[in-house]
Amino acid sequence: MAAHLKKRVYEEFSKVVQLPQEEAPAKKLRLTKPSKSAALHIDLCKASNPTDALQYLLHFARSSVEAESVEGVVRILLEHYYKEQDNSVRLKIASLIGLLSKTQNFNPESILDDTLNTFNTEKSHQVLAQLLDTLLVIGTHLPESLIVRHRLIEVAYKHLSDTYFGVRNKCLQLLGCLGNVDTPLNKDGQGLVPAVIGGSAPGVSGGVCVRDAQSLISDYFADQDPRVRTAAIKAMLQLHERGLKIQQTIYDQACQLLCDDYEQVRSAAVQMVWVLSQLYPESIVPIPSSNEQVRLVDDSFGKISHMVSDGSWVVRVQAAKTLGNMLQVSPHFLEQTLDKKLMSDLRRKRTAHERAKELYTSGEFSSGRKWADDAPKEKVDTSAVNLIASGACGAFVHGLEDEMYEVRIAAVDALSALAQSSASFAEKCLDFLVDMFNDEIEEVRLQSIHVLRQISTNITLREDQLDTVLAVLEDSSRDIREALHELLCFTNVSTKECIQLALLELLKNLTKYPTDRNSVWKCLKFLGCRHPTLVLPLVPELLSTHPYFHTPEPDMDDPAYIAVLVLVFNAAQSCPTMTALFSDHTFRHYTYLRDSLSHLVPPLRLPGRTQAPGVSGIEGSGSVESAQLFLQQSLSRISTIHNLQDPGAQDLLNFTIRDLQRLGELQTELAGAADFSATYLRCQLLLTKALQEKLWTMAVPLCLKHNAMATAAAKQMLEETYKLEFLYSGLENRQVATIHHVRLQAKALQLVLTARTRRGVEPLISVCEKFLQEVESFQRLFVVELPHLQESFVGKLLDLSPKLSACKPGELVKILQTTLRQSGFLNLQLPKQVQRASATIIEPTGESDNPLRFTSGLVVALDIDATLEHVQDPHNTVKVQVLYPDGQSHVIQPKPGDFRSPGPHRHRLITQVYLSHSAWTEACQIEVRLLLAYSSSRLCKAVWSDSSTEGLQPAEGATEGTISFGKPVKVFIMPKPARR
Amino acid sequence: MPEIKVTPLGAGQDVGRSCILVSIGGKNIMLDCGMHMGFNDDRRFPDFSYITQQGRLTEFLDCVIISHFHLDHCGALPYMSEMVGYDGPIYMTHPTKAICPILLEDFRKITVDKKGETNFFTSQMIKDCMKKVVPLNLHQTVQVDDELEIKAYYAGHVLGAAMVQIKVGSESVVYTGDYNMTPDRHLGAAWIDKCRPDILISESTYATTIRDSKRCRERDFLKKVHETVERGGKVLIPVFALGRAQELCILLETFWERMNMKAPIYFSTGLTEKANHYYKLFITWTNQKIRKTFVQRNMFEFKHIKAFDRSYADNPGPMVVFATPGMLHAGQSLQIFKKWAGNEKNMIIMPGYCVQGTIGHKILNGQKKLEMENRQTLEVKLQVEYMSFSAHADAKGIMQLIRMAEPRNMLLVHGEAKKMEFLKDKIEQEFTINCFMPANGETTTVITNPSVPVDISLNLLKREMALGGPLPDPKKPRTMHGTLIMKDNSLRLVSPEQALKELGLNEHQLRFTCRVQLQDPHSDPDTLSRIYTHLKSVLKGYTIQHLPDGTVMVESIVIKVSSSAEEPNTKVLLLSWSYQDEDLGSFLSTLLKKGLPSGLSSI
Repeated sequence: MAAHLKKRVYEEFSKVVQLPQEEAPAKKLRLTKPSKSAALHIDLCKASNPTDALQYLLHFARSSVEAESVEGVVRILLEHYYKEQDNSVRLKIASLIGLLSKTQNFNPESILDDTLNTFNTEKSHQVLAQLLDTLLVIGTHLPESLIVRHRLIEVAYKHLSDTYFGVRNKCLQLLGCLGNVDTPLNKDGQGLVPAVIGGSAPGVSGGVCVRDAQSLISDYFADQDPRVRTAAIKAMLQLHERGLKIQQTIYDQACQLLCDDYEQVRSAAVQMVWVLSQLYPESIVPIPSSNEQVRLVDDSFGKISHMVSDGSWVVRVQAAKTLGNMLQVSPHFLEQTLDKKLMSDLRRKRTAHERAKELYTSGEFSSGRKWADDAPKEKVDTSAVNLIASGACGAFVHGLEDEMYEVRIAAVDALSALAQSSASFAEKCLDFLVDMFNDEIEEVRLQSIHVLRQISTNITLREDQLDTVLAVLEDSSRDIREALHELLCFTNVSTKECIQLALLELLKNLTKYPTDRNSVWKCLKFLGCRHPTLVLPLVPELLSTHPYFHTPEPDMDDPAYIAVLVLVFNAAQSCPTMTALFSDHTFRHYTYLRDSLSHLVPPLRLPGRTQAPGVSGIEGSGSVESAQLFLQQSLSRISTIHNLQDPGAQDLLNFTIRDLQRLGELQTELAGAADFSATYLRCQLLLTKALQEKLWTMAVPLCLKHNAMATAAAKQMLEETYKLEFLYSGLENRQVATIHHVRLQAKALQLVLTARTRRGVEPLISVCEKFLQEVESFQRLFVVELPHLQESFVGKLLDLSPKLSACKPGELVKILQTTLRQSGFLNLQLPKQVQRASATIIEPTGESDNPLRFTSGLVVALDIDATLEHVQDPHNTVKVQVLYPDGQSHVIQPKPGDFRSPGPHRHRLITQVYLSHSAWTEACQIEVRLLLAYSSSRLCKAVWSDSSTEGLQPAEGATEGTISFGKPVKVFIMPKPARR
Repeated sequence: MPEIKVTPLGAGQDVGRSCILVSIGGKNIMLDCGMHMGFNDDRRFPDFSYITQQGRLTEFLDCVIISHFHLDHCGALPYMSEMVGYDGPIYMTHPTKAICPILLEDFRKITVDKKGETNFFTSQMIKDCMKKVVPLNLHQTVQVDDELEIKAYYAGHVLGAAMVQIKVGSESVVYTGDYNMTPDRHLGAAWIDKCRPDILISESTYATTIRDSKRCRERDFLKKVHETVERGGKVLIPVFALGRAQELCILLETFWERMNMKAPIYFSTGLTEKANHYYKLFITWTNQKIRKTFVQRNMFEFKHIKAFDRSYADNPGPMVVFATPGMLHAGQSLQIFKKWAGNEKNMIIMPGYCVQGTIGHKILNGQKKLEMENRQTLEVKLQVEYMSFSAHADAKGIMQLIRMAEPRNMLLVHGEAKKMEFLKDKIEQEFTINCFMPANGETTTVITNPSVPVDISLNLLKREMALGGPLPDPKKPRTMHGTLIMKDNSLRLVSPEQALKELGLNEHQLRFTCRVQLQDPHSDPDTLSRIYTHLKSVLKGYTIQHLPDGTVMVESIVIKVSSSAEEPNTKVLLLSWSYQDEDLGSFLSTLLKKGLPSGLSSI
């Protein structure tokens, strides 16, 4: 065999190998490409000792090999393999073969036979294990080939009885990745009949008993080596992942493995039991030592719950996580997980939770003043106390008290998953979650607050629970406070005292941490909206009105007073009687706040007041549906325009853009769609204006002004298209095509303008080529959309395309000019949901007149706090730009950790930017803005602005590949000269 | 049969003066050497005369192990080592070794200086005693001598508390000391691996209690303190110097940090300062959070907690003060209490149990007027709260530990007899293992079945492997031939040849011969060949030869046929086999006794 191999190797590579030795003819030089393998061969031959060979191989492993030469390289390696005495070199070769067979576009089937042959001679266990690993790689690359799979499984089976654990591990892995449950594979009984290698039909050989991969693997559940046991379970899980159905018969075995001595086995067994419980949730299993039977999912739930008090924290984490995924468990079992019978000195004792509840229901406030207040009362029947929690008892009680915070977090997560699926469980776990607010690790506290928010739709907080929750408002961590505000937004409370309590605590929070202003106001807005009837009785007290006396008018700038007003106004929205309780200044304050904080104060129906036209406008237009209808109508009206040169088209566009803009302001739900369409239409309008017929006929020197106008228009169009494409989410392919189409139009316009202003053909040629490439790539990208673009600019251009590529730049420009003007208006189809990415910088406010002083040359940190909405993947796209008065600008990429996600589609950026500058004579403003970066991989903007006129240089503030979004904020800074 | 004997000298069905004697594999070990808080006479210390009437203890004990620094576990140590006399090694963990002498010195001062007792150990004795201490690390196996080894496990409870595994050969005992299965603010939970000891000696202070979640109590505590401070009131927390005090400090410190509170917290000085220093040092013995964050900041370097000065008690405004002693019977805590008792805005929180007769006990029971010395009365207006933070395992925790360690026998100490009874029943019922609860001076004997390790020669193993058969399965016994050599306290299993060689003996062949009479009409050679064919058909897979010298060989067994001239039909078969082939030989003899089947051809 080896001789045969050698021959084949030399057949293919003899030329290559000899190349350096004899002067090869020039035309054969092309063959030097696979010289890498040749070099390897030479190196390996040169290597005098195993260490050298190993070095060469290690060196070789770092270089990449083309798909065509892989086979040759493998043969050289194998040739050396047979010669090599040293285990480590053989091991490296085996691993290299595995690496090589991963090469793209290479079919590893060709080297399979050779690799399998090595098994016949190999004695070293480590090398065997590595070879099996190589087979695994080959097998996973050839998942379709049944024959290959059978052969590999045969090999795996043969080596399953190896004495080295590594080999057994790999065999099991192989079986897991490739084994089949349905088609049995051969088992040779007592070594009488050799396994049929390469036989395409299994089961041919007589006298073999037929077994499938599953039972084979499950035999190794009882292996003596824990690593092999783990591998066996993992292989079984692999089978499951590949979609093969695992039999229920191994359930008992898996349960036994839960009490294994080794943690990795237990951890894997937990997964195994879970998988089985998901496969056969409803089948019935008997309870040992009794006649009763339970559902399998309940049984396994109990067993996994038991693992929450395991000795190893890895297993505990695994078990706690797994519990969260067992949603089919019966409520009876589920509720046991929170149950822990307390006793003291053999007397039944109530838990603090129960006591709190009782106190609450009896209407008493907790005195807590007496010693032994919690003294145990009734005697416990000693025989009935079960100290070893059988089944699920108290699993979460343990999990939440665990020493390792990883376990606690896993338990909190599991609680959340289970509570979301069961309302009654949510009610029960409330106390425990609230307790977690007091955890020592902030991460755990935060997580439990988030979880409580997620399940808060199912629950109503009692007063004592609310009290505990509100205590956390004083936490010094901003994240915690904000998470809590978010939670309060979604919380239902039961009494008016609760509202009062919440308001009181929030105001306390406000005085302690004034930066929380916005968050607190927003929280109160939702609190008011949700509980109008509970707020109503509190109104006189809150506004401190008196039936007879006038009370002093509160200070309008007091954040606390604004907070109270926000609560009251939002409650008044759905409680019309409330307005009767307002005093005069309240109404005045209302109008002021409605104007200044319109997002927090809803429109109210005020009796006897003239209403602002804007307000009535909204109430007139009413629902979203009518606005939607209006949007549709406007767009369809536009679609009547066939050609942009039509008279009146411009006016229509102008009006529609105005309408859409207004609509966007009024109806926030449709703002995205309206803005999107308006921007699109504006692009069209710009194009129309630029193509004004009269001007184009004039001689070039006469219309410099027009040229400048058109150039600016083209540039603006380009910018708008980038905004259209990247600022809006929810776009479909159709819209993207439309946007790209506009961009092409803009570029064509630029090209035409360049041709008009520039003398000479030279620069034009490259620009034209570029443009044609763009058209081509457009065609490639949007093949599906092309039918819709028949009548448009591109449609017409593509009709002419064979001619285009051939013609001269001058002709091309002419064609473009006419096509641009003749092409029809492309209608915009709105997708279902368009959202505009937006950003608001909350901090710095830009209102401060006190400059930020620092010594020049040193840095000062500026805190930035901004909310981002509908931004996808903000970690990579959002950047902060700082613009100094001298035109310098810096772009800062915030750390990923600076982004938090308080809600869906919402992100919060809290970061610090470092400013520095040389000394100034007086304080000046710098501008801070947020940029949205987009990948400009397929954009050629840079090339365009380089080759075209100077007027096309990016304007001040615009950064390559970024869109500025959100309002910029000005900050006063004052770098002072350093004192000597 | 080998046995392990356990005799509690203290803490048998009792709490206090823990001292347990264990005899295992010929070694005697003393576990803990504590004093009893309740007595002031001889009963204060364990009765060491149980070990020997006169003379020193050194020759009777192999080592002494102290589980943690509480006086009921180490209080009698200088007495035992210096006054009774013991010079052997004393094992304890590093933190215990550091803190133990502080407490002993304090204890000595109170007894000698305050109460004026004589005949008590001196400062020098404490120092001498501590010189005999060998420190232990967690999970470190320490060889006390060639056979006895000990290993410490983390026990929670207080800083440096350890559980100890004592091992001689394959027999082992685990002593838990005091331990805690639920983590608290500064310590983790006890942990042990599945070491399957012969006896697990566990404390059982809370044998009949299942406790509520710690979080509720912590929250309550913090809420009460917070409310009082917000009202502008003062909070007094009487504590014992070590253990719970640090936990409460951490709790308040983190709370102050979290809530950004400004009110000062004071800690009355004394031996606490020294102790806090050790807490800072032994960070590795604390819980996950403290261990992980100490790089940024050592949690025991309190930011908000400052040393207390007597004059601060009269300062206006809110404050929190930790003061010793814990039961308000004397000292600083009592002085502060007297100053603050009159104001209903203030609060006192009792974090532990109070002995009857102390002021602590009185106010906990709601007494509003206290009679002080000089016939003064003190009106108690301040709020009195009770908040227990105990660091012992509850019944569930004990069960959990048993499940972790999987012992063969249980032994309960350090608890009240009545409560132990309950737990004993439960353990026997749930785990089906024996559970003992000896009283002081009562010996419990457990018979063990230790496995005896034998060295086996590699050649023998390889030879056995070569014979084939299934792979070795640890769960199934397998028989093999070999020679057991017991020499110089070691056991070895070697092949017979090697044994002979080593012992310098000649090998003696042992052969069995046996005659079997057979009725057969054929001639001798024919009979032989008939036997040959018969055996050939019966014994497949054996080498059977028909040798030309008129014998049949089956492996090494020789079969000959002879007949006397008188009775030619009665053939006498001569079987001869060596001792090694005993099985086959006896099989053949019984087979041939049955006679040959008819119809056998004679070829």
